[in-house]
Amino acid sequence: MNLILFTFIVLLGFTSYYFGRKKAYTIQSTKKRLTALPQFYGYYLAIWCAIPAFIIFSLWAIFEPTIVKLLILSDYSNQGYLDDELNLLYEKSKALSRGQFTGEITPFIEASAEKYLSLRSIAQSSKVVIVLSAIIASVAYAYKRISSNSRTREPVEKFLNAVLFTASLAAILTTVGIVFSLIFQTIDFFKVIPLFDFVFGTHWYPAKAFVRDSSEALDPTMYSDTFGAVPIFAGTFFIAFIAMCVAIPIGLMSGIYLAEYASTKVRQYAKPLIEILAGIPTVVYGFFAALTVGPFLKELGTSMGLEVSAESALAAGGVMGIMIIPFISSLSDDVITSVPQSLRDGSYAMGATKSETIKRVIFPAALPGIVGSILLGVSRAIGETMIVVMASGLAANLTLNPLESTSTITAQIVVILIGDQAFGDPKTQAAFALGMSLFLVTLCLNIVALRVVKKYREKYE
Amino acid sequence: MNKNKEQLLNKRYKAEQRFRLYGLSAIFMALLFLIIFIFKIFSTGYSAFQKTWLIVPVTFDAELMMLDQNPSKEDLQDADYYDIALKSMADLDPNANEDQENELKRMVSYFFEKEIKNELLNDPNLIGKTKEVYLTASDDLDQVFKGNYPRDLPEDQRRVSDYQLKIFDQLVANGKVESKFNISFFTNADSREAELAGIASSFMGSIFSILVCLMIAFPVAVLAAIYLEEFAPKNRFTDFIEVNINNLAAVPSIVFGLLGLGVLLAIFHLPRSTPLVGGITLSLMTLPTIIIAARASLKAVPPSIREAALAMGASRMQTTMHHTVPLSMPGTLSGTIIGLAQALGETAPLILIGMVAFVNTIPGSPMDPAASLPVQIYIWAESAERGFVEKVSACIMVLLGFLIIMNLFAQIIRHKFEKKWS
Repeated sequence: MNLILFTFIVLLGFTSYYFGRKKAYTIQSTKKRLTALPQFYGYYLAIWCAIPAFIIFSLWAIFEPTIVKLLILSDYSNQGYLDDELNLLYEKSKALSRGQFTGEITPFIEASAEKYLSLRSIAQSSKVVIVLSAIIASVAYAYKRISSNSRTREPVEKFLNAVLFTASLAAILTTVGIVFSLIFQTIDFFKVIPLFDFVFGTHWYPAKAFVRDSSEALDPTMYSDTFGAVPIFAGTFFIAFIAMCVAIPIGLMSGIYLAEYASTKVRQYAKPLIEILAGIPTVVYGFFAALTVGPFLKELGTSMGLEVSAESALAAGGVMGIMIIPFISSLSDDVITSVPQSLRDGSYAMGATKSETIKRVIFPAALPGIVGSILLGVSRAIGETMIVVMASGLAANLTLNPLESTSTITAQIVVILIGDQAFGDPKTQAAFALGMSLFLVTLCLNIVALRVVKKYREKYE
Repeated sequence: MNKNKEQLLNKRYKAEQRFRLYGLSAIFMALLFLIIFIFKIFSTGYSAFQKTWLIVPVTFDAELMMLDQNPSKEDLQDADYYDIALKSMADLDPNANEDQENELKRMVSYFFEKEIKNELLNDPNLIGKTKEVYLTASDDLDQVFKGNYPRDLPEDQRRVSDYQLKIFDQLVANGKVESKFNISFFTNADSREAELAGIASSFMGSIFSILVCLMIAFPVAVLAAIYLEEFAPKNRFTDFIEVNINNLAAVPSIVFGLLGLGVLLAIFHLPRSTPLVGGITLSLMTLPTIIIAARASLKAVPPSIREAALAMGASRMQTTMHHTVPLSMPGTLSGTIIGLAQALGETAPLILIGMVAFVNTIPGSPMDPAASLPVQIYIWAESAERGFVEKVSACIMVLLGFLIIMNLFAQIIRHKFEKKWS
């Protein structure tokens, strides 16, 4: 239904474009000068068609469900139902009207379901009538208004500018959406679990927080010693540390080699090949770590008499490090290439070898940029999910032994939220609280890293 | 004194060579990882493209199938195939006792009844006759035939019994086991049985999510980039938008999953587990990538183009829409494809919005529950059955194939259509 209406409105838009342009040609044929190209007259009318349609559609989308709900629930208003029960009744009748209801059908619900259907159809048909009449009225009005000396290009361009501006707000909206989706759950979580227990507690065992009956009152003592995030934060930073131990030496050295030593030909092939590593989906790395690296390390450890868990932090961190190599190598390559040639020439003139120049002159000059690229790599390691979920353990151990298994923030979020979630349950809220801390940590790292890199770029430009 | 100097110089040259070697070996290590990686995936995955069939003589006994004489098409549809299917398996070993008959039955997939039925529906004249029918081997025997199964394990640690192996070896010796290209891997939906599981459902899920993602992210990102690059005044607000975009590009993907869960599912009540929600979530993630690429390619259009258009009396909007934007399109498009390739490989946000649900039907629209290729990899990788290991690798090969094609496409667009200004 909505689709047909939508197509019809689009067709109306095209027709009004056609009429607007036609009117412009008629004006032109009377030897009067037009103020804009004829198609702007068409666009002008088409916009007059689109705006009322858009406004009415959005008003309907916002208010229709609320009004229908109010009307239906007015039947039950003086029977002493609680708000929750009323909501439930409404949902039941909605489900019944769609034929998806499986519970017991009472005459009351049946009546409301019928009422729901009739209200919906009234709403639907009134929407059609209102939209169409509004469009026709506004287009007719605009059609009457345009004459030889009316402005059409300016309003059309203003409208386009407004559309462009709105699109650019999408980035802000997304950020707001992220904060919005995280903050309420997080606040609710900290109402039950004190912030202190979360930040300094050393026992993370969310499985203990079984799903409670929603009618029962919350008993905070039930959750004491369940949501202490220290083991998780420690595990996250530990695995990120292992990853950086792999990524920094290899990434940095290959960046230096590519920038300073490699011939154009080697560079042309080696650089994209290394960057393939960044394009491989993380789930593939996770599978590789779990299937190949984990068992390999375990076997290696056993042959040396060490006890290695099949889901060791070393396997996850090592594979994560491989994933991060290209980020560090590309960024440090860029940074090193942008160090001015005069610095190199000065050093060579003093008789320094190439490696001495790199170590004593170029590296210090490029250090801020390199630090920035490392920070971006750390932020990626902390936020990486699939490798940890698949290759590292899911139980939160507080350990600094790379051969044991640990868990991370991201892995715990997935463990808690996989499958069905009950909103309003401390366990679900804990995942959002973890997400919030992840968001904040990576945000700080990113802001610092981007600022450092930017400052550095400005220095040599 | 002179000797000392020479020694020092030699030392410095040696250090120089060492440093150079470190750099070279770092690159070699990175490339070595890549090679090991690809080799491992291909060597475990290629066998999934072959499927093992048992050739079993089936007697289409009308009585056992409860068919009258001259049955109609509907009769054939409704006939009872279980008994003849069971009998033809049991007949593989005439001396089998009841337990062994059960084991014989488990040598083929539970789909075997349907395979026999299809055979008869294709050729109704078979009633009363015996024909050799291709039946899908169970995933364990499939692995045995491909040589991936540890046959020397003690029997109680294997899912294949000695008896099954004995019969299977007889069949192999008689040439009654055949390996053919595994079409069902591409046409079947997911299944709990490794031998029947295919990627069609997750493939369609991926396609739908990417389409939704493209339809949302591309227009919004291009419009936003045009505004920021061509029209935005230089003030604090536009700076704020810029900072936002750069930060969003580095936010961990799982946070977008939480956004999808907390806003799209909990507040807007969009249907769970669907490519629609997955696509919207991915589009928010791809948005900054496309905006950054589109801005870069708008920036690369030389100012002389704009100045020429403005000098001819075009308005700023006309200049942008008629000249700058079309010239920037190749760069924007290749950036979009790269962004979509990233979105195609993304797993974590889709898990959070419920696209890990077991789906054994092929979705027909973005509103049907579905998985996606990377999520399918995760689901299979978590499953304990041996038969799924090669499936995971094969699925990875398909996914990597798509990513390579998309990236090549992006390269081609960039090199073929982008104008070089010099």
